[in-house]
Amino acid sequence: MSRRYDSRTTIFSPEGRLYQVEYAMEAISHASTALGILSKEGVVIAAEKKVASKLLDQTTGGEKVYIINDNMICGVAGITSDANILIDYVQRSAQQYLYTFNEDMPCEQLVQKLCDLKQGYTQYGGLRPFGVSFIYAGWDEHYGFQLYHSDPSGNYSGWKATCIGANTAAAQGILRQEYKDEGLTLQEAKNLAIKVLSKTMDTTALGPDKLEFATLEIKDGRVIRRIFSTNEIEALLKENDLLSKTDEAKQ
Amino acid sequence: METLFGITGKDFVIAAYDTKAVASITMMKIGEDKSRNLNDHSVMLYSGEPGDGVHFAEYIERNVKLNGIRHGLEMSPKAVASFARRELADSLRSRKPYSVNLLIAGYDVKKDTPALYWMDHLASSAEVPFAAHGYGAYYCLSMMDRYHRPDITEEEGIKLLKMCINELRTRMILNMPDFVAKVVTKEGIRVVQL
Repeated sequence: MSRRYDSRTTIFSPEGRLYQVEYAMEAISHASTALGILSKEGVVIAAEKKVASKLLDQTTGGEKVYIINDNMICGVAGITSDANILIDYVQRSAQQYLYTFNEDMPCEQLVQKLCDLKQGYTQYGGLRPFGVSFIYAGWDEHYGFQLYHSDPSGNYSGWKATCIGANTAAAQGILRQEYKDEGLTLQEAKNLAIKVLSKTMDTTALGPDKLEFATLEIKDGRVIRRIFSTNEIEALLKENDLLSKTDEAKQ
Repeated sequence: METLFGITGKDFVIAAYDTKAVASITMMKIGEDKSRNLNDHSVMLYSGEPGDGVHFAEYIERNVKLNGIRHGLEMSPKAVASFARRELADSLRSRKPYSVNLLIAGYDVKKDTPALYWMDHLASSAEVPFAAHGYGAYYCLSMMDRYHRPDITEEEGIKLLKMCINELRTRMILNMPDFVAKVVTKEGIRVVQL
């Protein structure tokens, strides 16, 4: 019977639900985790990378963390090919804004722009919604450091710390417990991010090849985006005593 | 024949316009408003082809206000000036371009600095400490250059402006009636009759 209502994105079911959108969110809850933590000195985005095979060439760069503007980065959970389309769109929007106004686009506006596109696919028929959730980290002169989350329905919200993908409930539980009301330092945020991932990832051995890590901070009035290299992630894991035994044996 | 002035100071910008409405060699009216407040901290002065100025300034004004309402953030003077320049530059490459000269005076609340942008009808734009448009520029830019300092007070700014207007009344063959000045500060925009 459900076939009557879930084959098209734009049709409400009798209970008032949009099944295709819910399915898209379900798809994301099986994707690998990405999380973001806001601190006083910057924002952290960390993501779990599912390594399909050791033969996979990892030199081409990341697949979970992207730069979307001079003052913004984002983490992805969901269908990567869908994400590529959206990231392309949002990067272009940011540049169009820069072209007209000669200023970086305010973070929330950029998030809203992407969400408008996502929302369109829940209303205009014939197509499936984008199966992607994003975590955005950014800085602008209006609200300082910001962390946003958006889902396939086109809803977005601001957070102090949040998580998308698999095991969100567990990760958010830890974040809730560990996040201090007075805020964290950037180092504390980095450590917390690593800790949460180490506890929620399915794999027992945490190695630098299974993580993507990025920070966004301010130095001398300029936004510094830093996407960590394998070596830097390894150093971070070592600091937190989380480097798996097998990885250490390799060195 | 129309004259626009702009002077920045320590914590303010003064933007002044003459109130003449001219058609060819005839003065049609005194008391014309050649300014539009774009938001709480930006004002645009215009001169040039009659009609074009009002049309263009109101188009920019409404777009800036729409942007403010939509996003709940006030556009900075830099953003306003860049947007106006882009619109003017696009229009310049259309079949019927706007023929307007602009001064955009604003106070950047986030950076806590005054800003003045000079823009001509070919959409070339520059941020400047002081500016003038029209024949008045030939008489007054040198005087502004002589007496302007980045840290002048509002009273000194008004005094400099009055010196400029006085020079026009002495030297120019054209009749120079009233000027109106708009002062932009952190608190907002207010009108000063000169």
